Amino acid sequence: MKVLVAVKRVIDYNVKIRVKTDNTGVETANVKMSMNPFDEIAVEEAIRMKEKGLATEIIAFSAGPAQCQETIRTALAMGADRGVLVQTDAELQPLAVAKLMKAVVDKEQPGLVIVGKQAIDDDSNQTGQMLAALLGWSQGTFANKLNVADGSAEVKREVDGGLENIKIKLPAVITTDLRLNEPRYASLPNIMKAKKKPIEVLAPDALGVDIAPRLKVLKVEEPPKRKAGVKVKTVAELVDKLKNEAGVI
Amino acid sequence: MAVLVVAAHDGKTVRSNVANAVTAASQMGPEVHVLVAGSNAGEAAKSAAAIQGVAKVLGAEDAAYANWVAEDVAPLVVKLAPNYSHVVMAADSVGKNLAPRVAALLDVAQVSEAIKVEAPDTFVRPIYAGNAMATVQTADKIKIVTIRPTNFKAAATGGPAPIEQIGGTGAGGLASYVGAELSKSERPELTSAKIVVSGGRGLASGENFKMLEALADKLGAGLGASRAAVDAGYVPNDYQVGQTGKVVAPDLYIAIGISGAIQHLAGMKDSKTIVAINKDEEAPIFQVADYGIVGDLFQIVPELTAAVEKK
Repeated sequence: MKVLVAVKRVIDYNVKIRVKTDNTGVETANVKMSMNPFDEIAVEEAIRMKEKGLATEIIAFSAGPAQCQETIRTALAMGADRGVLVQTDAELQPLAVAKLMKAVVDKEQPGLVIVGKQAIDDDSNQTGQMLAALLGWSQGTFANKLNVADGSAEVKREVDGGLENIKIKLPAVITTDLRLNEPRYASLPNIMKAKKKPIEVLAPDALGVDIAPRLKVLKVEEPPKRKAGVKVKTVAELVDKLKNEAGVI
Repeated sequence: MAVLVVAAHDGKTVRSNVANAVTAASQMGPEVHVLVAGSNAGEAAKSAAAIQGVAKVLGAEDAAYANWVAEDVAPLVVKLAPNYSHVVMAADSVGKNLAPRVAALLDVAQVSEAIKVEAPDTFVRPIYAGNAMATVQTADKIKIVTIRPTNFKAAATGGPAPIEQIGGTGAGGLASYVGAELSKSERPELTSAKIVVSGGRGLASGENFKMLEALADKLGAGLGASRAAVDAGYVPNDYQVGQTGKVVAPDLYIAIGISGAIQHLAGMKDSKTIVAINKDEEAPIFQVADYGIVGDLFQIVPELTAAVEKK
């Protein structure tokens, strides 16, 4: 079974982002970019399936500017077999990405797609569910544990009250939560090997997908700042302030 | 046109965040309807009908809706959506699972975790873990919106609104619910608790969370945790407060042994009053805390527990 994983290039999670002064977005020039952490978990899960003999080939998909090749290379260095990049400098929103992925899925016919549950830039948490809808497939979202066997998958999901178990038919889309696994670091020999692995570059037009954004971003602003308060010396002082100043206990 | 709120429920009552979603929905259109899909969910439908501002409840009974399998509930919402200007859900694990599936089937965009309704087509939503706020406008005819419950006041009790029974759409056979492992707790639910006590890596073990439980019980508080504490296995995943966990905004949030990573702050910085207890005086949590104590939590927490009056 082929497994397709999606990897998004985002501002590294350690970078403190800055809102552009003209309020059109967030500063991305000269900022360290990395693979979305939830997508690393997706890549890792696919590699573990291959190591167990459950997956035959892992395809790493990305969409965006040419630099997304670096993100795909990271996935290849971790252990994915080849890459597909839908290259465009246009703004991509979740529905458009899901449509591009569907076009690639139609071509590649994977038995499973694994994506991160959300990207840490736009925090949308949509693409996996949208892709499953467009394909008419089942969805195992916010996966904490995944067991694939005999044309179906058992997914343990992280939900509001704890964990939930579902059984879904394959093919399916899985979205990863934090506790699914701990992604590996690529070894130096594997980074070297990854340079020889193929990446196919496609254009959105060639896939017949309309990627025009549906949401118009009117402005991006800094959130209201919270002022630091005071440090108290003793518990008695704290209790007094909570009771008489804040009035919360 | 009316606005449709899709309500999650436990069969007996709708989740408390439905009242917040109704408030948000009432800012988007002139009339709010609530869909209660379930199996034997008549009581839940009644609870939805008792929310002020709800003009009508649609009750859809179908065995396929018993456990919120998105593959089976989405076709029902898609069928109803053309009668509405908006479909609104709380951004909880049910809404996050279902809403994008509905949006894609309708070929429309979704606005995730709106915190403010600027206009019926314009919403403010946090991006980059709340480090930036984006104002977005949608041109789609049917607008799919998930809302962050803590940013909208819960609608009061009112009604009762009429309940109209509608038919189900059956099971598609793609997915089935097997069971759940839910955390059992007598404490208030994290996202609706007035006071939240949260622990981080500083607690050093799951065993030490007992100390926080004692404080939480005395305050009548919900119990939360940082991602670090959940990843370390001290507490279950549903305790996690943060960008990818739960977003809380209680009157009082007590952060104990939590350094205050950006993604944690994203989940609690709208709390009215924040207390931080940490041994590291440089910890970022102190930058958002109203009151901080620098010191050993193993000494301070029992002292605090003894000092507060039982609620």
